[in-house]
Amino acid sequence: MIPGQFDYHRPSSKQEALQILGELGGDAFPLAGGHSIIPMMKLRLAAPEHLVDLGAIDELKGVSIGGNVIEIGSMTTQHELLTSSELSQACPIIQETSALIADPQVRYCGTIGGNVANGDPGNDMPGLMQCLDATYVLESNSGAREVGARDFYNGIYDTALNEGEIVTLVRIPTPAAGHGYAYCKLKRKVGDYATAAAGVILNMSGSTCQSASIALTNVGDTALYAAEASDSLAGSDLGDDAIDRAVSLAEGITSPVSDMRGSEEYRSKMAGVMVARAIRLAAERAS
Amino acid sequence: MASTKVSLTVNGNEVEAEVDSRTLLIHLLREHLNITGPHIGCDTSHCGACTVDLNGKSVKACTVLAVQAQDGDVLTVEGMAAADGTLHPLQQAFMDNHGLQCGFCTPGMLTRAHRLLQENPNPTEEEIRWGISGNLCRCTGYQNIVKAISQAAAQMNMKEAAE
Repeated sequence: MIPGQFDYHRPSSKQEALQILGELGGDAFPLAGGHSIIPMMKLRLAAPEHLVDLGAIDELKGVSIGGNVIEIGSMTTQHELLTSSELSQACPIIQETSALIADPQVRYCGTIGGNVANGDPGNDMPGLMQCLDATYVLESNSGAREVGARDFYNGIYDTALNEGEIVTLVRIPTPAAGHGYAYCKLKRKVGDYATAAAGVILNMSGSTCQSASIALTNVGDTALYAAEASDSLAGSDLGDDAIDRAVSLAEGITSPVSDMRGSEEYRSKMAGVMVARAIRLAAERAS
Repeated sequence: MASTKVSLTVNGNEVEAEVDSRTLLIHLLREHLNITGPHIGCDTSHCGACTVDLNGKSVKACTVLAVQAQDGDVLTVEGMAAADGTLHPLQQAFMDNHGLQCGFCTPGMLTRAHRLLQENPNPTEEEIRWGISGNLCRCTGYQNIVKAISQAAAQMNMKEAAE
């Protein structure tokens, strides 16, 4: 299979990329790791007239960890996230999630920016970024703005991004020292999207949960932040009753489609199972 | 649509070709350069038969544009054996351990295993299985492939220690 014809642009700076994207408007599509757009172009489900390759723009790459915030350039690959020793200290759930995305070859190419900006509900990073309450920096040739991950997704492939705008940076508030974390993903095989997945961050004080954040992947038109389920855990001992309540609140916001991964009912239930597993694992890891 | 001249290094040789923007790396290799080691299997970035090394990373050449490899450094299975024909330790180990049956996945397995051992010269069995999880083999059941990679790693480490 060969994609339809297009013009290829390879800007070497962010400014140049934003200018090209601004001038071409809706006829252009940005190329990050390419493992969503190129297959879609091969299937002729997408046919942009211009591809603007962001792969040569060094200023969009890299992880920087400050006191309270982790900044990740949008063109940082999953492989680079997995091999960042700083990240494994500051926010290990990112690596736990990256390792469950696709396979090694795809992780060398796939980027955090492509994963969050694509708007595919099957992608894992949108749920994780909602769990972590991340903010995306969006830039176009008319300026920059910030949108929270929890406000970014409108529907399937429908996000807050305007024409000519790209995600340039992902900004994550560093989780507190000693936080518990887990990203649990049920999938049929390596490389598959989730049947259902859940990310959980917990802050504990002794055996009491002070605050929790739960988000779900691939059980709705977008990744979902489970606000009520998260809040229900605060002040609890994370015992079976508390977990059951959170699971039921989380299942309540899901609306998966029946597909080859399972029926609507099954996938909704599996979202609950992933939430329960992730809470228990996060509690074990908290200190 | 204007064609683009791409220049890159393939298996140590500098090459040039005129390609369309839409030409995939796998087609540049197989059809323009006649390097047919990398195979087209699923053509949807699942099976790994088209795996080559690009700038020190394993990639599925069916999902990379040839123009993205501009000025790049590509290694295919054709570049693994020594100039005198001596097989690469991975190739020898695949032969010794019966790590292939039909052979269709083998060029991808070998180039992927090559990168895996560059990054992790002494992998556990589990790390090998995770490392080749983007490469499908429908014949062997993977047992002998894993064994072969493990043996090649040991031999390469021994050789390095001796040098």
